[in-house]
Amino acid sequence: MTEAIRADALVKTFGSTRALDGLDLVVQAGEVHGFLGPNGAGKSTTIRVLLGLLRADSGTARLLGGDPWRDTAELHRRLAYVPGDVTLWPGLSGGEVIDLLGRLRGGLDTRRRAELLERFDLDPSKKARTYSKGNRQKVALIAALASDVDLLLLDEPTSGLDPLMEEVFRQVIREEQGRDGRTVLLSSHILAEVEALCDRVTIIRDGRAVETGTLAGMRHLTRTSIQVDLAGPATGLDAMPGVHDLRSHNGTLRFDVDTAELDAVLRQLTAVGVRSLTSQPPTLEELFLRHYDRAQPDAKHRTGVSR
Amino acid sequence: MNSLTGTLALARLALRLDRVRLTVWVLGLSVMPMGTAANYFKLYPTEADLRAVSDVLTNPSLVALSGPLTAVSIGALTAWKIGVTEFILIALMSLLTVVRHTRTEEETGRLELLRATVIGRHAPLTAALLVTALANVTIAVLIALGLMATGLPAAGSVAFGLATGLVGMLFAAIAATAAQLTQSARAATGIAGAVLGGTYLLRAVGDTGPTWLSWLSPTGWALHLHPYADEQWWVAALFAGASALFAWAGYALVNRRDVGAGLLAERPGPVGASPALRSPLALAWRLHRGLLLGWTVALALTGAVMGGAAAGIGNMKSPNQQLTDVLTRMGGNNGLTDAFLAAIFGITGMVAGAYTVQATLRLRQEESSGRVEMLLATRVGRLRWAASHLAFAVLGTVLLMAVAGVAGGLAYGAQVGDVGGQVGRLLGAALVQLPATWVLAGFGVTLIGLAPRHASLTWAALILSVLLVEFGALFGLNQWIVDLTPFAHVPKLPGAAFTAAPVLWLTVLAAGLGAAGLAGLRRRDMPVT
Repeated sequence: MTEAIRADALVKTFGSTRALDGLDLVVQAGEVHGFLGPNGAGKSTTIRVLLGLLRADSGTARLLGGDPWRDTAELHRRLAYVPGDVTLWPGLSGGEVIDLLGRLRGGLDTRRRAELLERFDLDPSKKARTYSKGNRQKVALIAALASDVDLLLLDEPTSGLDPLMEEVFRQVIREEQGRDGRTVLLSSHILAEVEALCDRVTIIRDGRAVETGTLAGMRHLTRTSIQVDLAGPATGLDAMPGVHDLRSHNGTLRFDVDTAELDAVLRQLTAVGVRSLTSQPPTLEELFLRHYDRAQPDAKHRTGVSR
Repeated sequence: MNSLTGTLALARLALRLDRVRLTVWVLGLSVMPMGTAANYFKLYPTEADLRAVSDVLTNPSLVALSGPLTAVSIGALTAWKIGVTEFILIALMSLLTVVRHTRTEEETGRLELLRATVIGRHAPLTAALLVTALANVTIAVLIALGLMATGLPAAGSVAFGLATGLVGMLFAAIAATAAQLTQSARAATGIAGAVLGGTYLLRAVGDTGPTWLSWLSPTGWALHLHPYADEQWWVAALFAGASALFAWAGYALVNRRDVGAGLLAERPGPVGASPALRSPLALAWRLHRGLLLGWTVALALTGAVMGGAAAGIGNMKSPNQQLTDVLTRMGGNNGLTDAFLAAIFGITGMVAGAYTVQATLRLRQEESSGRVEMLLATRVGRLRWAASHLAFAVLGTVLLMAVAGVAGGLAYGAQVGDVGGQVGRLLGAALVQLPATWVLAGFGVTLIGLAPRHASLTWAALILSVLLVEFGALFGLNQWIVDLTPFAHVPKLPGAAFTAAPVLWLTVLAAGLGAAGLAGLRRRDMPVT
């Protein structure tokens, strides 16, 4: 089995709201898959369908080779879930919740639990009602990460963590990548996190996947920023395909270039003679902003780049 | 901006959030005294009837339960019968309302959001007290008007309305202090509720022994106002003073603490779960045990007091024929004491039904709080999760009724010298109520499974049952309407013959409702918030 998760054309409506509108998602076994989208895009709904909590109106979902709605109990042995909004039983201590959830999943690695408590700097003796959002999230994360499972479903797991803890989280997930066969679906709206951790990314908007692939692959769809001092005048540069926002200041040229056209543009520059050149790689941020720029008409979002 | 800025806006918000809940409380509490008085006018048309029934009421168990009867009149009898019930209920309404709009808001973090807007430091507490005061004043006025409308004297009617409203305000003030002490709303409610229980016990002991004890208790003060018996108006000053003191303490504590913090530090819990905490049932036990323990104690006391009171009924010298008729109608036809006991256990069944509903709706609470999501993402299936809570709703009620029956049997048996026999008889009278409470649980499960957003209607079913059984005959309702409640079909033990048929079909109905609800729960989306 190479696909840990496969969703085809999932549709889920709540009353008149169409939360999922034909969503496709494929997560390969063993990868850390970023699931990107703004609030309300349908990330949590997708994860709940994958957990068998919600029943899709149409479309199919497969999880670890099973049907998430029918084979719930067997599948849940093999996965751990951290919800986006963690609520705990106010009268139980954090340590009790971690142990309880671990046991209900079918076992907890106590050495790993102790290690994670230390790294996430969580006091397990506090009652859950006294925990902040970040601390409640740590409880759920530790319970999930200390379980021996094939699949981690993490719904915006760092939204309440401080930067230090976010770094700890990244380290822990990187270690998970090293562990054989463990798959992670990481929903997030924090691009830096996804960039730092994920092998592949699916971007969703309004209940639909608008982009999916490796980060390297997606970068082809974005623009690189170039700042260059040339030996002579750059003729015809502004007429080249893929060059945008060309500005000149004291002999320094700045422009953005579609990554697909980078090679041709660089040839043109070196033909004139380059004195100095800085280039900024495209960030996921730009890609994201272009997809979520509400001013843009819907029509283009399937093809990524088109101008 | 001063410390009260935004109070009115918050009060309006609280009224909006509580519009249904408070309306039900206000109507219920306002109608009961009037209904009771109207009932007594029908039951005891003559002075002789009144005397006969008044003699019975000097029984120490009944005095402990409801206080002494202050005069022989319809008014005094009404105040005696309904007084303690009204006082306890209005105190509960007030303390729940104040805690809900102060500590609950704070615990959930909603208050933090509000406090960051243009809201003064004292505005939330003031708004909560204002809303509660509004409810109390409305109830007091409606009670007074309603009692006067039945033909009772104005002074006594006003005094009874006033006493009820004052008890409500005092417990609103007590809750205002309690809400500052702990971080948890449940604990704050617990503290205020414990004060209420304590004042009730003080009064019960004071009324049967050293009278000065009842002067230490606010529920005692309300009786010392003596509605319909030379009203002692100055007692109202005691309420005013005590309320002001507690309200002041509440405000003083608000000034001394941070948002979200309590004065009593939260005790640390264990760093890991005990080996037993490894199943949904073990988790449910943790979540239900406090509630179940409290209810068990309460029903043991109720059973014991009622069993004791029943022994006095038998000693009645000149039994009032109409009272006998009423009790017989309510409770069967085999002797007055049995009729009384059957009526008492009928009421106890509905009281225990409140626990059944509370425990059943815990399912819904777990869902709407979002806690169920993480649980259902483990191996725990929906049915297993539901069963873990329903076990407490169904079997917890068995425990409660068994305790009430045994306690009643011991108290009654000790007085009539037949402990062995009476424990068995009254245990039967208590347990026979169970199928009716299970129907309530089944109805709750049906709603949770098929119409989760309306699950709290289960409470309406219980309240309707109480009204139909207690007041149905009084308002001359058709029997088929009264028969809508499961409690109307329970065999009237002890006394009447046990018939298996209603017990069986009520059980089957409960199981059917439960199965329908669980089937819905399996199919629907989770969580519905």
